[in-house]
Amino acid sequence: MTTKLRYFAWVRERVGKPEEDVEVPAGVATVGELMTWLAGRGEEYAHAFENPKVIGVAIDRTHVQPGAPVRAASEIAFFPPMTGG
Amino acid sequence: MAMNAKSTVLLQREPFDVAAEAAKLSRGRADIGAVVTFTGICRGDEAGEPIAALTLEHYPGMAEAEIERHVAEATQRWPLAGVTVIHRYGRIKPGEDIVMVVTASAHRQAAFAAAEFLMDYLKTRAPFWKQVEKASGKTITKTWVDAKASDDAAAERWRAPRRKQTVE
Repeated sequence: MTTKLRYFAWVRERVGKPEEDVEVPAGVATVGELMTWLAGRGEEYAHAFENPKVIGVAIDRTHVQPGAPVRAASEIAFFPPMTGG
Repeated sequence: MAMNAKSTVLLQREPFDVAAEAAKLSRGRADIGAVVTFTGICRGDEAGEPIAALTLEHYPGMAEAEIERHVAEATQRWPLAGVTVIHRYGRIKPGEDIVMVVTASAHRQAAFAAAEFLMDYLKTRAPFWKQVEKASGKTITKTWVDAKASDDAAAERWRAPRRKQTVE
């Protein structure tokens, strides 16, 4: 399953790219598990996802919680707490 | 309750004209008794230090969708005749406008409440991120703005369950 991952603000800076297509392993079922898996992909990912509790996630442009399933997602975005307005 | 609200949500780099947007909502209508406008402006200092500019990053597609969801919720909760939200992105200098919310209704209470509700949600749920640019001589430093707990609290208060009056 290929999923587009997008990164914003300091998550993007730490990962070093705005987006990428990844093959999510079969054992990764939830958003929380996906962050744990991503953190193991290298130093830059470990840095970006060192504190997953503060990272917001959206699946197909809707906010989700860490327990949300990733199976049906075509685009998953990771970002720091929002500071608009 | 719904008054068939006219709603507009725009994301843009360019400046906007709050007065013109407010006039567009109420022009030619006799059922609107109140228009509330809010404008968020880039301050010239952050934590006591002068700043050169703010840069706003956003998530195209989701930002519009998220604001539209909250505008739809506002029109469900209050009898609004119109709502306009414009949020800028890109580099914004001190004194320039960042965001505007205009709400129109028959009476002021709904217009005030809906404008405040929308701003509180924009702060915490709309995918925008502010980066502060400070200049010291020739050195430019850029730092991401931290989210404020007070903004979370402001958004949270709108989630208090609205109890329906039930008659047994």
